Amino acid sequence: MMAFILILILLALMIAASVYAVRQKDLLYAVIATGIISLVLSILFYLLQAPDVALTEAAIGVALTTIIFVITIRNTVRMEDESDKNKNIKSAAK
Amino acid sequence: MKKILVLLLLAVVGFYTAETFFDIGFGKAPFVKSSEIKPVKDVYLHQTVQELKVANAVTSIVVNFRGFDTLGEVTVLFLSVTALGSILYKKRHHVGERSVLFSASSIVTSGSKLLFPAIVLLGAYVFIHGHLSPGGGFQGGVIIATGFLLMLLAYENYSVSHKGLAIVESLAGITFAGVGLLGFMNGGTFLQNFLATGTLNDLFSGGIIPIIYIAVGFKVAAELTGVIYTVLNEKGEQHG
Repeated sequence: MMAFILILILLALMIAASVYAVRQKDLLYAVIATGIISLVLSILFYLLQAPDVALTEAAIGVALTTIIFVITIRNTVRMEDESDKNKNIKSAAK
Repeated sequence: MKKILVLLLLAVVGFYTAETFFDIGFGKAPFVKSSEIKPVKDVYLHQTVQELKVANAVTSIVVNFRGFDTLGEVTVLFLSVTALGSILYKKRHHVGERSVLFSASSIVTSGSKLLFPAIVLLGAYVFIHGHLSPGGGFQGGVIIATGFLLMLLAYENYSVSHKGLAIVESLAGITFAGVGLLGFMNGGTFLQNFLATGTLNDLFSGGIIPIIYIAVGFKVAAELTGVIYTVLNEKGEQHG
């Protein structure tokens, strides 16, 4: 019963984090939220007795993907609105 | 007229295909009575313990029974890394300067210097013990790549030799394919086990499985380190 409640809490956390990631305008926060989804997912995989998949998810989902997204944000734009603004400016210049 | 003919032809082909497969239930083997079927999972689990002497059933399926698929996965990773490198190559050549996220403090630099060997050791442990404990080549390789990522983030002038990465990666790939081809020489199939399998739960058990997983570990580590290095060195327009 305890494990079931724990799994329910983790699932709710995952859904909350994914909704936050979609709605957040600051892309850095959104990327961190997707990292949290991967972290919770790897815990869930471990609870469901799939340690191989949990290890993969922890290494790739939490560390590698998040860092590559952060580097990408660093090299492009951070706020979601900025790209729209730039587009408008560019279209106005034309 | 042509369209009607094509439709008729398709209808005939479709009808006979459907008729052939109509009696076969979903997920059942064709042309065999249901009492004679032995589920493939039972065969795998039996052979894993009895013949291959591998403690981790996931590893034995990924590397041995489905070894050809793993070779395909490694190829996919290799191709994506090649594509990334070819896209970012020109820019890197023009700028040649690392875009640092932020300059690290001395706590971060000395801490990552301390952590780096431990992370690499953990990764090596994970892929060397792939046939005994959870994890394997992919996981261990990614862990090693994150170790290199830590060093690349902490030190601004830390660099990885591209030539070294290429050599490690190609040698690992050749080892994988070569071990697979050696299976033919002993009268078997591709990736057939030809070494002594040893005893269950030993480090030297499972025949060619540890060799292949160590090769996969080196390959994945080299490829992902190359990805991180390429992306970090790419310096686009700074927007803010």
